[in-house]
Amino acid sequence: MKYVAYVNIKLKQSVLDPQGEAVRSALVSMGYGGVQEIRLGKRIRVELEAANEAECREIVDEISQRVLVNPNMETYEYEIREESGE
Amino acid sequence: MKFGIIVFPGSNCDKDCRTGIEAAGFDTGFIWHRDTSVAGYDCLVLPGGFSYGDYLRPGAIARFSPIMDSVARFASDGKPVLGIGNGFQILLEAGLLPGAMRRNAGTRFICDWINVRVESEGTPFTSLYAEGDVLTLPVAHGSGNYFAHPDVLAQLNTGGQVVLRYCNELGEAASRANPNGSLENIAGICNETGNVVGIMPHPERACEAILGGTDGRRIFESAAEWVRGGVRVGQGA
Repeated sequence: MKYVAYVNIKLKQSVLDPQGEAVRSALVSMGYGGVQEIRLGKRIRVELEAANEAECREIVDEISQRVLVNPNMETYEYEIREESGE
Repeated sequence: MKFGIIVFPGSNCDKDCRTGIEAAGFDTGFIWHRDTSVAGYDCLVLPGGFSYGDYLRPGAIARFSPIMDSVARFASDGKPVLGIGNGFQILLEAGLLPGAMRRNAGTRFICDWINVRVESEGTPFTSLYAEGDVLTLPVAHGSGNYFAHPDVLAQLNTGGQVVLRYCNELGEAASRANPNGSLENIAGICNETGNVVGIMPHPERACEAILGGTDGRRIFESAAEWVRGGVRVGQGA
């Protein structure tokens, strides 16, 4: 079965985000004074073959923890869709 | 005394390391990241640069290069390993050193000369320095903003694992002397046994007076002395 996983990676709240702060301050200087916080993250699309959804989740968790995410400063969550040839 | 310089795709300080280390009087050899042997080397250097284009996170992909298993074994044998800049980031991603690097606090790439204070002489790379020595070295990085959880940070401090701190010319680790937002001005750390060291400044660019300074030479001279003395981690210090 072919699956597509969308892994969303966020910086932990305790970690300062200099890029997000730079974007926020640019937006404020453009006149969007109401923008209070920007946090940048990553969204990674993973296309994979797996026997079933349980195996798919196992693989996605493993590659997230081993490679995609740095657990020192990031957290992740993901959603999975069956690929229907969209 | 032979230093092995590991070359990843995207390393760009490998030749600087060769030139700097040879200027300090030692032999060097390049080790391609797809090789798996580090035989014949007394010390390994992971040089600076942008391995794999810094894709995903700096060092995140290079840590899976075939050579890294041998680097880990070399390290667990107590032999000296030095990561400089991107090499430091690779050692962090590989879990050979604790913590992580964030983007610089000011978001800019910093290319400058800075001062660092030697915090520990108990590593192979600082054994010829005295604690409190102030070195002037170049930095060149976009992600040198060191981060670790408070309990890890406490362990680094109590275990003597902070090797270098950014400081002013008087040797004070003032916040204004911190170029990138690193926690507690940390510019370099070591593992618990002291033989694996990661630093953001580039000592290999400060080995010849004609290039602006020679404060980096003793990093490599220390390693040679340490190897020559047959000092093993866990003894002395």
